Amino acid sequence: MNAAAADAGIVVVGASLAGLRGAEALRRNGYAGRLTIVGDEPHRPYDRPPLSKHVLSGELAPNATELPELLALDADWRLGHAAVALDRAARTIRLGDGTDLAYERLLIATGAQARPWPDAAGGGLANIFTLRGRDDAARLRTALAETPRRVLIVGAGLIGCEAVSCCRDLGLPVTLVDPNPTPLARSLGTWVGGVIAECLRDAGATFHAGAQVLRFEGDAAGRVVRAHLADGRAVEADLVIVALGATRETGWLSGAGLMADAGGVTCDGACRVLGADGTPCPDIYAAGDVARWPNPFYGGRLMSVEHWGNAVAQAAHAACNMLAPAGAQQVYRHLPAFWSSQFGINIKAVGLTEGADAVAIVQGSRASRRFLAVYGRAGRSIAAVSFDQARWLPAYADAIAAGQAFPPIRDASDQGAFTPMAPGFPPARATSTHIEARHG
Amino acid sequence: MTHPTETVSSRTIALRVVVDLNRCQGYAQCCYAAPGAFEVRGHEILFYDPAPPRARRGEIERAVQACPVRAISLQADDGETP
Amino acid sequence: MADDTLFSEVLDPANRADPYPIYARLRENPVSRQRDGSVVVSTHAAISSLIFDPRLSSEDLPPSRRPRTGNPLRDWLLNPIKNRIATAHRPLIFRDPPDHDTLRHAVMREFTVARVQALRQRIARDVDALIEGCVGRDEVCLVEDLSYPLPVAVICDMLGVPEADEPQFQAWATQLATALEPDARHDEASRHRTVAAFDAISGYMRALIREKRRRPTPDLLSALAAPGPGGKAVMGDFDLISTAILLLVAGHETTVNLITNGMLTLLRHPLELDRLRADPERAPRVIEELLRYEPPVHFRTRKALGTIEIAGRTIRKGTPVILLFAAANRDPARFDAPDRFDPDRDDNQHFGFGGGLHYCMGAPLARIEAEIALVALSRRLIAPRLLADPPPYRPGASLRGPENLGIGIDGIAPLPT
Repeated sequence: MNAAAADAGIVVVGASLAGLRGAEALRRNGYAGRLTIVGDEPHRPYDRPPLSKHVLSGELAPNATELPELLALDADWRLGHAAVALDRAARTIRLGDGTDLAYERLLIATGAQARPWPDAAGGGLANIFTLRGRDDAARLRTALAETPRRVLIVGAGLIGCEAVSCCRDLGLPVTLVDPNPTPLARSLGTWVGGVIAECLRDAGATFHAGAQVLRFEGDAAGRVVRAHLADGRAVEADLVIVALGATRETGWLSGAGLMADAGGVTCDGACRVLGADGTPCPDIYAAGDVARWPNPFYGGRLMSVEHWGNAVAQAAHAACNMLAPAGAQQVYRHLPAFWSSQFGINIKAVGLTEGADAVAIVQGSRASRRFLAVYGRAGRSIAAVSFDQARWLPAYADAIAAGQAFPPIRDASDQGAFTPMAPGFPPARATSTHIEARHG
Repeated sequence: MTHPTETVSSRTIALRVVVDLNRCQGYAQCCYAAPGAFEVRGHEILFYDPAPPRARRGEIERAVQACPVRAISLQADDGETP
Repeated sequence: MADDTLFSEVLDPANRADPYPIYARLRENPVSRQRDGSVVVSTHAAISSLIFDPRLSSEDLPPSRRPRTGNPLRDWLLNPIKNRIATAHRPLIFRDPPDHDTLRHAVMREFTVARVQALRQRIARDVDALIEGCVGRDEVCLVEDLSYPLPVAVICDMLGVPEADEPQFQAWATQLATALEPDARHDEASRHRTVAAFDAISGYMRALIREKRRRPTPDLLSALAAPGPGGKAVMGDFDLISTAILLLVAGHETTVNLITNGMLTLLRHPLELDRLRADPERAPRVIEELLRYEPPVHFRTRKALGTIEIAGRTIRKGTPVILLFAAANRDPARFDAPDRFDPDRDDNQHFGFGGGLHYCMGAPLARIEAEIALVALSRRLIAPRLLADPPPYRPGASLRGPENLGIGIDGIAPLPT
């Protein structure tokens, strides 16, 4: 170790939820040395979930969601310049402004970025938005406030559906386009997704199921005016929100000799980043959206989990390991969980639905849109989702964590006949090489 | 609630609050403790102001204490200000 | 000693003043089978898991059969019908979803933040007046001077029950509250008294509701009795009566314990009393710690609708399950130094108001009443000291609190201006 690195202390790359909670955990666990936090945006860490809800609706200002710091961090904040390269031999990272920053230990929490619409298919036109950061939300909010004639939303995942819900609350005409038969098909399946399809209809949004946007067309001023679909239809729209998920922010690691790609940076079970040769780097950890690790809950399969709860828990876990001796590294176990609110419904989920072969309502009813559904795979309970029935979810989370049979809980109150249905998941994407639990 | 045209850029006027909505079970105790800052919509959607005015600190602390699942976090008093 | 009689020790009035050592022994066995076939759940982890378990039913109110009268018409026709009606219209704390949810939602829609906030001033005025009533004395009898009259006045105000009528249903309320006490539930004579009290109080409520419909007032009962948008009332008359009775009884029998236990605890921890006096902003922390340390309701009974595996034990279908919230609140696996009263503890996730879908509806009101009362007592009682420690306790093991709390004082400080 060179002299510069020795007093360089810990550098956290990424100043969002995982970076902040990781830094706090370092301090909470007694780390008293130098702490530097690097962020590509000029902002202090802020909370993202409200961006696609109350910020779009105009109820919250875009800059209102700064995250509380739960203890005094005493950190050097290097905001506004992304890390662009990592030199493991020199133990430095290069920032966007050209300066080098030495580190002794590194926590990678660079997160993800919205998957953009390709320029070749009209992505460069004005009034086409993605929604990931606070500046995105501010721009989109301003554009929505100018009352577009029709909003087109591409992608019926959680962000897309939340955006539809907000736009309808604002009274804006909305068209939603998705290749699957229902919204949320990939995360919840078409059987549960069908409930959201009903909500869309009730809310007065137009849903083009099984459709794909090929390209956008602009006017003379370079503003989007319509989208052309693969089936030959065109949708007139003067504002477009592209909600096609996210790619992991790993470009800056490309020359660093780590196992990193657009799907994340691969770690061992203790959140230590793996070198290209597969051995863990003792001084580099990762957490949050960007981290891909073998989750013991799923037989050690590699996964990255793009949820709020994982950012908090994994960052705290990685921070603990960073301060622990090599022989006392703890494996990170995590049962994914997320929430969303749209069309007045509180949706909460635990577990991963991937590979589910059955789904059944175990509390409430689908017709009332208040229910708890459990997903089964080969006779085991693997995931549960609640629509306005959150209070029962912990019981099902425990059952899923324990790998109980499907269905896990019988003889419960407010439980009708148990009728397993086909969950209706679309075929897996050909490009998908690992599990991605997605939520913006 | 924060009015959309207001900006909450100044740390000196706003508190910072975040709720772990994975933990939240919709008990609504926060709504009684700090009526201006927390609100349940529909059956169980919690809407809250993440940047309530500093004058509300007492109420927000009441909400933090009253939450049956301890899901509310408030900026530490000794948290950094730039 | 075998632990299958520990819960009977909890019920033994001799242990009322300090049940916590028995709770500690119960926690050694998180799911502890008792000789009578029930199980007692006493750890924080096990209760946390069970309060969200839909297999635990609250529909366990024992049949309160009306006694034989010798009149065949009554014994074979009228009383069986009345019994069935009473069973079908149990108050919502003894019901499961979806009925429970419908009723609770209807109440909570009217138990608004505005309605609760509006009571703050009245509570503060009442507290001042009740303390003012002690001027010139060298002893405060806390229960009769403040802890009992305050919540009763507040719940009467909120519901719209004339306070002048209160003396007549005081005894009924006390009797009905025994529905939470296993001893009383298993005692035939007590159950007959409960039926009589229920008949009497429901007769009173029926008349009052009729009056509210005729001349609505801005109270909760008028709001619940008023026809909804479709011209239909939000709940049927039987449900309305049982809900009104529930709120009234809860207002009589729970907050009294929170305030009295609170003052008792503060007098046992004079440093904390001093700190509260010096800094009323500490009150929310003090209240939450009191709810953990000396909760007003110690346990609730549920029934297993199915077989439940928990903490390495099996709870069989049909088993009565006692959720011993007060023991979980002292669980050393969850709380550091659980037997220490420490308002500064963070992460105070207690079961002082229960948990899950039956979480106390009146919690926000109870918090406000206790806060205002304890802050005022700390500021106005001069040199307060306990006259008897432990004080005499009321009979209930679940709704547990002192029968009276004698506090010696050197006087009452004037109202701060």
